[in-house]
Amino acid sequence: MTWWIHRGLRRALVPRGLNSSSPLLRPPAASSPYFSSLQSRSQENAAPESGIGGSTSSKTASFRSSLNPTEVAKFAAIAETWWDSQGPFKPLHLMNPTRVSFIRSTLCRHFRKDPFSVRPFEGLKIIDVGCGGGILSEPLARMGATVTGIDAVEKNIKIADIHAALDPLTSSIEYHCTTAEEVVKENKKFDAVISLEVIEHVADPADFCKSLAALTVPKGATIISTINRSMRSYATAIIAAEYLLNWLPKGTHQWSRFLTPEELVLILERAGVSVQEMAGFVYNPLTGDWTLSDDTSVNFIAFGTKRNE
Amino acid sequence: MAAHRCLLRSSVLGSSPAFSAGKRGFSVLTEEPVARLSAGLSASGGSDPTPRRREARNVQWVFLGCPGVGKGTFTSRLSQLLGVPHTATGDLVREELASSGPLSNQLAEIVNQGQLVSDKIIINLLSKSLESGAAKGESGFIHDGFPRTVKQAVCEKNYGVTTNSEPFDVAIIGGGMVGLALASALSSTPFTKHLNIAIVDPNPALGGCSSYYIKNEIPGSRVSTVTPATISFLRDIGAWEHVKHQRHAFFDQMQVWDYTGLGYTRYCARDVGKEYLGCVVENKVLCNSLLLSLQEKDFKKTIIPAKLTSMTVSSRRSSSGVSSGQSNTLDKSRTNNSEETAEPMHLQSLVRLELSDGQHIYSKLVVGADGAKSRVREMAGIKTTGWDYSQSGLICTVEHTGENHCAWQRFLPSGPIALLPIGDNFSNIVWTMSSNEANRHKLMSEDDFVKAVNYALDCGYGPHPQSNFLDNYIGRLPWGSGTTSIKESFQAPPKVINVVSERMAFPLSLMHALEYSSSQFVLIGDAAHAVHPLAGQGVNLGFGDASTLTKVISEGISMGTDFADLALLKRYEKERKAANIPWMAILDGFQKAYSIDFGPINLLRAAALHGAQYIAPLKRNIVSYAMGEWNWPRFT
Repeated sequence: MTWWIHRGLRRALVPRGLNSSSPLLRPPAASSPYFSSLQSRSQENAAPESGIGGSTSSKTASFRSSLNPTEVAKFAAIAETWWDSQGPFKPLHLMNPTRVSFIRSTLCRHFRKDPFSVRPFEGLKIIDVGCGGGILSEPLARMGATVTGIDAVEKNIKIADIHAALDPLTSSIEYHCTTAEEVVKENKKFDAVISLEVIEHVADPADFCKSLAALTVPKGATIISTINRSMRSYATAIIAAEYLLNWLPKGTHQWSRFLTPEELVLILERAGVSVQEMAGFVYNPLTGDWTLSDDTSVNFIAFGTKRNE
Repeated sequence: MAAHRCLLRSSVLGSSPAFSAGKRGFSVLTEEPVARLSAGLSASGGSDPTPRRREARNVQWVFLGCPGVGKGTFTSRLSQLLGVPHTATGDLVREELASSGPLSNQLAEIVNQGQLVSDKIIINLLSKSLESGAAKGESGFIHDGFPRTVKQAVCEKNYGVTTNSEPFDVAIIGGGMVGLALASALSSTPFTKHLNIAIVDPNPALGGCSSYYIKNEIPGSRVSTVTPATISFLRDIGAWEHVKHQRHAFFDQMQVWDYTGLGYTRYCARDVGKEYLGCVVENKVLCNSLLLSLQEKDFKKTIIPAKLTSMTVSSRRSSSGVSSGQSNTLDKSRTNNSEETAEPMHLQSLVRLELSDGQHIYSKLVVGADGAKSRVREMAGIKTTGWDYSQSGLICTVEHTGENHCAWQRFLPSGPIALLPIGDNFSNIVWTMSSNEANRHKLMSEDDFVKAVNYALDCGYGPHPQSNFLDNYIGRLPWGSGTTSIKESFQAPPKVINVVSERMAFPLSLMHALEYSSSQFVLIGDAAHAVHPLAGQGVNLGFGDASTLTKVISEGISMGTDFADLALLKRYEKERKAANIPWMAILDGFQKAYSIDFGPINLLRAAALHGAQYIAPLKRNIVSYAMGEWNWPRFT
């Protein structure tokens, strides 16, 4: 549920018409105020593309060293909504421990780390693509990893920076306002590339997977989580979450852009990543908890390893 | 020379930087003309060697030796040479007396009476002087005459003479049974044993190194009944080993009846296939065992002998710190990397605790384990609900002619009287009655009191309950595998011959905190809930809190969450409220049901007692619930 405005999202806002033959399946909110704000935001972010890429390092560098207290105070107010576990990001906070437990067990198994250690990821370089406010990056850093978080929305990066500076265990996280393609161009590689709840907002998932694979070292790990394209997910993630329960703003997700597990495995294979494990997240409305299960019909997460080149 | 041998045995503390510094130090001395030093020694009043560059050498040395060997001389000259502060315990005491610090009154008394100053005070003075030295930018030390005994050295290793005030991960306010149990549990769980814990309690007994209480002493009046669930918790954290070496008493039978003589219930541990229903242990034995289990673990804990005076939470502090007028100082402080006027960023999200001895500590999570009148709960603004029972509980230890292995409870019109075995021929009485009555019984003579107790337990009020044909019929119905205690008939409790301890009375009330946690605070034990003692569950609920909190924190850490996060603490709260509230409702229900003396109600109660005695499945459920073997509610 992080809003990652890819440069191609402008194109994506027009319905793709791939599988949506009936008007029922067309994304319902093309004219909603939320969408138009998304459009305008993507335009201003996408326009000077080289500008974004070129100025990221200098912008973020200058921001980090001064950490202007007036900015701290200004963003401290909004930062609370990202990190307010009862606020608009509540579903994400509820789901986070389950996602982290899957990531922890698969990465510990893959990199042969001791799962009973407090900091099992010591020595691993991980990149969180589409990190938002840093909800995933911080637990990873606390578990010992060297984390880099990237997001295309500048505001999210600022919020993430401020929150991470509060705890000495997480202050080592590097946040950059950039895109996966830019990082690929900088020839950076990471032991694990994690992108949760992003691929359903991207225009070209195949391209995106190729970038993620390019960021992974050979025999490294790639973890992607998204929502399945099924009748059940339409009922749950779109109708229930956006319209009935108001968990998400209307128009956050487009059902046609969801990927089935088979499609995700296919595009990852084509990008050079072979999927080893997959699990689903199930929400129990009585207890309000998410649990890992074999049921991938709504939310699911896939763990793959990059083939040796 | 003897003096050289002293130098060679440089550090007892064994920290590696100290040892390497020691080696460096030794080579320094050989470079330095040794003759100059010896000349300085032999010629009294000879000029000191010119002090070398006063950069911090970071040595941490301890000088040991018999009196008159030259420790003081060496330490003072070496401290000038190496630029580290030197501490002599005698000087510290004299300084403290002269400066009228917080400990000076205590010290004055001790010194005037010609006694030895206790280890704890010495350690206190030492850490204060080291802290003030650290604040001035000094590091390292040379001790002269400390530690003097193995015990002191062990204490120093255990309680950490901290030279810098690092922020703590968890600050446990209150070092009673539940607070110590939490510390011990955190030290036994793999994901939490790296945490830095502070225990804040003014009780001086916590600071010393403890040993077992000998069994010949008269048992104390304050005892607790621990259920098997609690016993397995204590076993897991390593405290039960120590309890086994001190006085404790398992009991495997229990009898409950009331004054009307219309019904009784006998419970037996064999009904549910267990060996004992519970164990009665004195509170001081439990505290001691928990402390011992803490001491033997290699765990970063600091016991701070002080009371909490105030707390400030991060949000309130940062709002005053980050304002436009002070933004310059904030910038400067960050670049200078010092704590002059504003707090560094990493301390801003912590809770600042002011203590009664003047020092302040920072902590990520504050745990209130400070009893029913909890200050932490007050300061965190957590409201409570509850009411006073207009009753007091009178407790004392009594003696019988023979051993007692059964727990007896008789409900009287004014309240229940319970007789719990403590071990040998002693038992503990918990007698609930109105406050005036309690006062009267406290003040009456011992013989009168013994007569009153025997009257209340056995002779007075009403006849012994009998079982009738209906009971026998119900008991013989095919309930499944029979429970042996159905066939047991009523037995009279053992006669009390003597009162051996002083009688104490406490007012009883019900209290429940509306929330157990708020951001960065959490309550456990009596700070969160207080119940009537009639089923002996109070401290067991507290131990359950400690166990659940440890489990929740360790799960949080394993998932990389911030363990002071409110969502995590609310999970603890949800689980414990689900366990505690039913118990409180049941106990309160019992207390109210038995406080009415009215014909139909008496018959109802009697019927309930008969049912509980003769209906086997009901009895088994009751026994296993009371033993803590259930998880309530019965779905997870």
